[in-house]
Amino acid sequence: MTILEGLKYTKSHEWVKENGDGTVTVGLTDYAQQELGDLVFVNLPLAGDGVTAGEAFGDVESVKAVSDVFSPVSGEVAEINEELLDAPQMINETPYDAWLIKVENVSDSEELLSAVEYEAFLAQGE
Amino acid sequence: MGQYIPSTKEEQREMLAAIGVDSLAAFYENVPDSVLLKEPLHIPAGKSELEVRQMMETMSQENKVFGTILRGAGAYQHYIPSIVKYITAKEEFVTAYTPYQAEMSQGILQSIFEYQTMICDLTGMDTSNASVYDGASAAAEAIAMCRDRKRTVALVSATTHPDVLATMRTYCYGAGYELRIVPEKDGRTDRDALEQALTADVCCFYVQQPNFYGNFEDCTALGETVHQAGVKYIMGCNPMALAVMKTPAACGADVAVGEGQPLGMPLAYGGPYLGFMAATSAMTRKLPGRIVGETKDADGNRAYVLTLQAREQHIRREKASSNVCSNQALCALTAAVYMGTMGPEGMRQAAGQSMSKAHYFAQKLAAIAGVNVLNQGSWFHEFVTELPVSAQSVLNALEAENILGGLPVKDGILWCVTEVVSKEQLDKAAAIIEEVCASCN
Amino acid sequence: MQLIFEKSHAGRGCDLLPACDVPEVQLPEELKREQPLRLPQLSETEISRHYSALAKRAHGVNDGFYPLGSCTMKYNPRIDEEMAALPGFTNIHPLQPENTVTGCKQVLDTAKAYLCEATGMDAITFQPAAGAHGEFTGLLLIKSYHEARGDIKRNKIIIPDAAHGTNPASASMAGFTVVTIPSGPDGCVDLNALRASVGEDTAGLMLTNPNTVGIFDSNILEITDIIHQAGGLNYYDGANFNAIMGVVRPGDMGFDVVHLNLHKTFATPHGGGGPGSGPVACKSILQPYLPGCAIQNSQKEKLQLKAFHGNFLVVVKALTYMLTLGAEGIRSACEGAVLNANYMMAKLKDLYPVPYGKTCMHEFVLSLEELKKETGVSALDVAKSLIDHGIHPPTMYFPLIVHEALMFEPTETESRETLDEAAEVMRELYQMAHEDGAQMHDAPHHAQIKRPDEVLAARQPVLRYQWKQV
Repeated sequence: MTILEGLKYTKSHEWVKENGDGTVTVGLTDYAQQELGDLVFVNLPLAGDGVTAGEAFGDVESVKAVSDVFSPVSGEVAEINEELLDAPQMINETPYDAWLIKVENVSDSEELLSAVEYEAFLAQGE
Repeated sequence: MGQYIPSTKEEQREMLAAIGVDSLAAFYENVPDSVLLKEPLHIPAGKSELEVRQMMETMSQENKVFGTILRGAGAYQHYIPSIVKYITAKEEFVTAYTPYQAEMSQGILQSIFEYQTMICDLTGMDTSNASVYDGASAAAEAIAMCRDRKRTVALVSATTHPDVLATMRTYCYGAGYELRIVPEKDGRTDRDALEQALTADVCCFYVQQPNFYGNFEDCTALGETVHQAGVKYIMGCNPMALAVMKTPAACGADVAVGEGQPLGMPLAYGGPYLGFMAATSAMTRKLPGRIVGETKDADGNRAYVLTLQAREQHIRREKASSNVCSNQALCALTAAVYMGTMGPEGMRQAAGQSMSKAHYFAQKLAAIAGVNVLNQGSWFHEFVTELPVSAQSVLNALEAENILGGLPVKDGILWCVTEVVSKEQLDKAAAIIEEVCASCN
Repeated sequence: MQLIFEKSHAGRGCDLLPACDVPEVQLPEELKREQPLRLPQLSETEISRHYSALAKRAHGVNDGFYPLGSCTMKYNPRIDEEMAALPGFTNIHPLQPENTVTGCKQVLDTAKAYLCEATGMDAITFQPAAGAHGEFTGLLLIKSYHEARGDIKRNKIIIPDAAHGTNPASASMAGFTVVTIPSGPDGCVDLNALRASVGEDTAGLMLTNPNTVGIFDSNILEITDIIHQAGGLNYYDGANFNAIMGVVRPGDMGFDVVHLNLHKTFATPHGGGGPGSGPVACKSILQPYLPGCAIQNSQKEKLQLKAFHGNFLVVVKALTYMLTLGAEGIRSACEGAVLNANYMMAKLKDLYPVPYGKTCMHEFVLSLEELKKETGVSALDVAKSLIDHGIHPPTMYFPLIVHEALMFEPTETESRETLDEAAEVMRELYQMAHEDGAQMHDAPHHAQIKRPDEVLAARQPVLRYQWKQV
């Protein structure tokens, strides 16, 4: 299982990348995609929608389950990864490339974990 | 008497012993004594099959089966080919549950896949679900497909069947959405009023084709008006009329629904019927209920499964947009067998003859002094007449001759003629009506 | 097997209608169908053979054992089907004058009397077409009741976490917020959690008793009282009514409204998914809000769930069944169901742990969590292996509070031999899991198909046949 240095993580298994221009990119971790299994559909918000830290902004479906994806930050959706709508398997294949949304006008954030902290968090849960 | 329990009293004692309890009462230990029933239910004692048959037959004979039916209004008498009843009585179809286990349900799954294909062909739409309860609940579910957080008002044409309207109203009441009526003008949706009504909070517009009065609406134009406002367009269609009329897909509908009863189901005092629902590919995932899809099995052979299940209530629970689980699968099978048996030509004939005979009957009635046919423009197999006498006097005279006349409505009587009624029967009915009208002059 | 469309030959068909005996009327061009219908064209022989072949690839409860938990797959008597096919029922228009439908009224009135008696309720509607439809109806009755009293802040429905998924979905559709309460260690309602969750915003509680782990909640009177004291109403999910009919009544346990699944408890068939019938019975306080039929009634009822009067023919079947059983038979059916479930559970519980309860009601839940840890064989693998033995698998992975759950509901219409054989198969599968578990991962081996690729089906949906372009 891969955890990338340089990204931030949530306890609900999203990764967060600070883009340096005030926007952040959000995706699902490798751990999350393994737990979820083969994903078959992704429900994403629309660009312009508001998101709130700690609240669900979309969900991902496997054949027999659906799981909410939580926003690590509050802000406004700048862009969604439309490729995922046709190819949700990209999350399974390359979870750190298959970003879900980019958020701008970030106003608030959850407490985020570093790669080391996230690894420790996962180990704790084992 | 008969309880359909194979085990004998002796066997039951042995089974109790095997479990290690003394009596059946042991299993009900958790039930508070104060509510345990101390005496039998006040329901008559069980009866033999012969006695039950006689009772049920007696009840059925208390109903009047009309020799000629000139009433529709949401339930239509069409010819049902013999083979339809035999195929749909096969126990493997009748007594199966929802096909959760694909490996032992390919027959059911394939039959639903074939049904979905036929509904798509009939409506011209991209996808269909495996059915819902009936046309009215299908219309209500279609509204639920279209709403979103910002658009919470559903527009419905006043020319809609009253039961369909009431059902949509109930579903909207539940979910907290508003339903607004678009008024009618001369028996059709008032397009100017529709344009006015298309405010920014409207999610969808529903129109019935042909409408409650039998009239064909200008569905293409209505669709254009609706789409210009960025609103979803739902059409409720009579599937028999679809054999000859412009499809909802061609009219621009986003969702097409309807009452499938004309496709091989008997009148049956209102049910079970069949709600069909079809959508554009963009709306597919919003469809409620079961959907069957094609896939491959582990050997690479073609196989069918229930798919897109993560939309459904058993997975999404309170976040599901619909709670539908049971549907009307056997009625969907009935419709598929019916359409397969009728074929394209048979369907066209049944629809064409219904329309032609209804127009013939309307002409006969229009020739009677004081009777006016209110329908203008094109209409299908239902029409409304104004009468010089009370509707009840006409209906009573028809009933005396074993004819079920049309439905009394605000302006007179709503008639329906289908292919099963002969010219001779129509002439006879017209003569009776003429006599009643004449006697009152 | 070929699809019906792949068997089609242009020009084939059946001769069904006479020539039109009146002048033909045509639609104007702008209203005409834009392209001809593409229905299959087959002779009657081919249609008959096609559907016979499909029937051979289906499995109904009348064909074999079907212990699908929560679904009450009992034998569907043939007499019920015949009575529902009587022309005096099938040829009746739903909008016929009252005086011509006396028989239909008798059917509904008799069924109403029996079902109200069996549930301990005062009134009933037959309009809902299925259990979920009934839940929605019942919740709308509760909503209407509170609103009519001006008690508009009651917007929450309390539902245990073990409930059927339809419960929360129905509550949402009815505009309520769902409050989920955890089950206690015994699988029953946690009274403290319940007490903590009620308040001025409680509209009601949805509960099935026996619950989804097959246990009758002994605190039922306290539970319903807590809700009543808080000003809410109690909804009884009748999915498990087969476990208690004739023995105890929801109305006596403090419930105010209940739906029944005639297609479960009252032996009407499931038809591969429907039609069912989900009548809703209620106490007199809710009677004023029962739905009606707009086209037939001048008074405007607030609620209507579908057109006309419900799935009438299904009610005919259920009534035929009730007449056959009578009061004693209804109780015997219930007791037989509970006996069969306990008998089968007793034959399995030494190998497969039963997480909740020493005895059960009409169904029981096994946990295969241990088996999976030991052998890698999952509940799914065992379920799929049953197919090779001609047994329909039990409900899998439900309720959610049990891991690797298999939920069996044998029903009263199975013989002891059938239960013995099924238990024996389950024991053999347990052995096989330990000896040669690997082969169970791709079971079934002798079914119509091997395991289907459900991921492919969902990722690239093919939901209809595409005709080849001509």
